[in-house]
Amino acid sequence: MTRNIENSHSISLLVANKPGVLIRLALVFNRRGYNIDSLSVSSAHSESFSRVNITASGDSKILEQIIKQLNKLVDVIHAKDHTGEKVVEKELALIKVSCVSERRTEVFQIVEHFKAQTVDLTDKTVMIQVTGDTEKLDAVESVLDSYGIIEVVRTGKIIMARGEAQT
Amino acid sequence: MATKRRTGAEAMVDCIHAHGVEYIFGHPGGAAIPIFDALVDSPLKFILTRHEQGATHMADGMARASGKAAVVLVTSGPGATNTLTGVMTAQMDSVPMVVITGQTITANLGLDAFQEADVAGMSYPIVKHSYLVKNVNDIPRIMKEAFYIAESGRPGPVLIDVPKDISGKEFEPDYNVEMDLPGYKIPTHGDVNEIARAAEFLQKAKRPLLLVGHGALISDAGKAIRMLAEKMEIPVTNTLLGKGAFPESHDLSLGMLGMHGTAYANKAVVDCDLIMSIGSRWDDRIVGKLSEFCTNAIKIHVDIDMAEKNKMVRPDCFIEGDAKLVIESLNTMLRKGDTKEWVAQIHKWKKQYPLQYKMHGGLKSQYVLDRMYHLSEGKAIVTTDVGQHQMWAAQFYKTDQRFHWISSGGAGTMGFGMPAAIGAQFAKPGQLVIAVVGDGGFQMTLSELATAAINKLPIKILIINNRYLGMVRQWQNLFYEDRLSGVDLVGNPDFVLLAEAYGMKGFRIKRNADVDRILQAALEYNDGPCIIDAEVEKEDNVFPMIPAGAPLSDMIIEAPSKKMSKPTGST
Repeated sequence: MTRNIENSHSISLLVANKPGVLIRLALVFNRRGYNIDSLSVSSAHSESFSRVNITASGDSKILEQIIKQLNKLVDVIHAKDHTGEKVVEKELALIKVSCVSERRTEVFQIVEHFKAQTVDLTDKTVMIQVTGDTEKLDAVESVLDSYGIIEVVRTGKIIMARGEAQT
Repeated sequence: MATKRRTGAEAMVDCIHAHGVEYIFGHPGGAAIPIFDALVDSPLKFILTRHEQGATHMADGMARASGKAAVVLVTSGPGATNTLTGVMTAQMDSVPMVVITGQTITANLGLDAFQEADVAGMSYPIVKHSYLVKNVNDIPRIMKEAFYIAESGRPGPVLIDVPKDISGKEFEPDYNVEMDLPGYKIPTHGDVNEIARAAEFLQKAKRPLLLVGHGALISDAGKAIRMLAEKMEIPVTNTLLGKGAFPESHDLSLGMLGMHGTAYANKAVVDCDLIMSIGSRWDDRIVGKLSEFCTNAIKIHVDIDMAEKNKMVRPDCFIEGDAKLVIESLNTMLRKGDTKEWVAQIHKWKKQYPLQYKMHGGLKSQYVLDRMYHLSEGKAIVTTDVGQHQMWAAQFYKTDQRFHWISSGGAGTMGFGMPAAIGAQFAKPGQLVIAVVGDGGFQMTLSELATAAINKLPIKILIINNRYLGMVRQWQNLFYEDRLSGVDLVGNPDFVLLAEAYGMKGFRIKRNADVDRILQAALEYNDGPCIIDAEVEKEDNVFPMIPAGAPLSDMIIEAPSKKMSKPTGST
């Protein structure tokens, strides 16, 4: 798996929890030919609002316009590109690896090394849960690749500004 | 306050009336019947159009002639989709409009029910905002928000999709409900420091130029702009939609700039050392080749919409705010300027490169419009369609007042002009309204002649009839070796007979010598609408012209003698 880290942007939005918001956001990206790499939506502290985290890659100049277009949407409270800022970034992945019992110890060592967890075990598979930043998750994936990854599901990155800064 | 039980439809009608709206334009259908039923007992006047697109352009014309949101009411499915062209037109030109579409009952949503379409979903990319009403209790709040969103900030259309069970349901409306728009912000005064920077730039400039657009008109900044221009002696050019933001008959006015703007306006843009856009979005029609646009000039941009910042031009100074408030504040910071040399240069260009046309041959479109301007003393509200006639009208019908020029700019919607004139006439019953249309665009919405006739609106429909889709023919002629394709309007009806068929008066002009007499007769005819069929020269082209995507310095002032390469810009 290759990701273009250089052009990757972490965008966070606080939006009113109203119908159609997600489509409106997606349309802004689509119209300027921007690809959404990951998307995570959840309820904010108050139920009237939702948090949306988007990672997207592309030209920074176009992104500047996209952020402004997002802010212009009636239901968007604010939209911000946090790339290069002091933020905590987390992502969670579930990785199902094909693993016969003879190789379990090796896999468990990897799990321990990355402070990951096993969350399901059968005689042929092991499911691993790992959290961290995108690079860490990528690293785990690439190490486990040689054992035979059956499935990967990732939540997409969520971010929060450090200290008193607003996300 | 004791609340009465009302249906959703009745509450909507109450809210529309309470907002001060007098007319609703539209067309009925099954899913909207409860709303039409509520209109029976309401003081609102319903104007039945012949097609939903016509209704949206009428509302658009009314909104642009009055500055207030106008209302459209249609049914679900095809009724609603027929409005989308008009909604997009309003969105592109920042026109306040509230479009109410009927919808199938809530239980049928998504089941491919009869005349069901996801209209709210379709509207997303072309509206300022839209709603699908799922709870009757939300109606008073949504109606309040809809008008507020449509009219405030950078205006635009708001669509409200109302399922039939919701409009038919009874409830106790709370008309004092608060709006719930936590994400909606409207800039007002602008950052004082940025305004001060702009003032400094302006004070230093030797060859400054003001570029005024539709935003200046919307915010009613005309007076402030005039004060700025006169105090500093700064020439002013306007966009197509900015006609009227600064009087085009004013000595400092350069008229319209851009692709078919005046030569002197474009020369001023090329030569200025400062350009200040007030409520214009540096559209590709006026910027030409972006990388060569005003490379040596300081650029100042005043806009209420932050998303316009850096979208096209990267300005040296951007002021986010209402044009009127920003310019008023700017005016307090400026001393008299010295631009004598610059103004003298501009007057020289005006003499050297006037808008002109040659009078040999058949009936000249430019002459017809020029004469219409003089005979109507420049006082008419002019609406247009899109194409050659639109550019000629923009060039020769000078606009001095706010709300007197109504044209589809951003969207370039053919068929806009005549229904827009109907809306404008409803908004301004005492005023002269002229629809300048082409024979092509006119036929796209000519069914609305019935609407004009029934309501006895004295609009003058001036058809610049060259039996061609002239602007495309012009491009094919200039850039595609005259390989004409799909532009011949053979089969046009006899427009005078058509007028008569609708019980209207029809005039025809065939010769330059008859122009004054016939236009005068049409202007004096006030017993309902009339058509003036001006059978102009078939193969005239609009000049000056800057090929799409070319720098402004590549302007062609007269018909070129040598073959031209295809333009790099889009259209």
